Amino acid sequence: MVPINYYIILSAILFTIGVVGVLIRRNALIIFMSIELMLNAANLAIVAFSSILQSFSGQIFAFFVIAVAAAEVAVGLALIVEIFKSKRSIDVDQMSSMKG
Amino acid sequence: MYIEHINMTLELISFLILALIAVATAFGMLVSRNAIYSALFLVLNFVTVAVFYLLLGAPFIAMAQVTVYAGAIMVLFLFVIMLLGAESLPKAEALPWQRPVAITLAVLLAGEATLLLITRARPTGDIASPGEVANSITNLRDLGNALFNQYLLPFEVTSILLLVAMVGAIVLIRKEKRVP
Repeated sequence: MVPINYYIILSAILFTIGVVGVLIRRNALIIFMSIELMLNAANLAIVAFSSILQSFSGQIFAFFVIAVAAAEVAVGLALIVEIFKSKRSIDVDQMSSMKG
Repeated sequence: MYIEHINMTLELISFLILALIAVATAFGMLVSRNAIYSALFLVLNFVTVAVFYLLLGAPFIAMAQVTVYAGAIMVLFLFVIMLLGAESLPKAEALPWQRPVAITLAVLLAGEATLLLITRARPTGDIASPGEVANSITNLRDLGNALFNQYLLPFEVTSILLLVAMVGAIVLIRKEKRVP
């Protein structure tokens, strides 16, 4: 019998670590991984709420979030590979010009 | 009664240990210099979250988490890291004030989010132990029924989304033919 508040606090902590990752890291791949961490933290909160409400809707929503994350990773990694091909770097500070 | 109490304590202890692992691996992902170590820490974090889903009585989401996130997505990440040879980038700190400001703001965000979620959403009650939740084949059957009846349209839209993502990735990577 774990109080649901514990799950929510854990979810908030994981989300915040993801936010810090996006803010302080310059490697585009690490920033991307941090975004995945944030999606995951949100999923944890959704499933915890669905469990306490005894409803399936939360679980199905979490399933859709996983599918969207998969699509996002496919397109995002393709973009990162393209950027690396033209700039030879995935440092986000280098991506300051609009023209490739 | 006594055995129930022991069970409750065991569950709380396992939750706390798992939470510690989850936060530690997320932090490891954040601070490690090598991108491959980051990816492996993140795999561990995803598996820990999958165990949380099992504790919450959501076995289907737990398995989807392991296969899709820890399996497919992170393998894709590792492929790209090794393909680009971008394991360890040279450290380049452009803005020295950025890190302390980011961490301060993040701590504020964590506190505020927790406070608002707990006071406004007012979730009450305890998560029952996984044995007590309908953690069985019936649960899975109900989940499938809800997915393919009530949520059929979003499900189909998801398939279109995945198709668009696939085509988009191929178009982005494809070599363009030079017109002479």
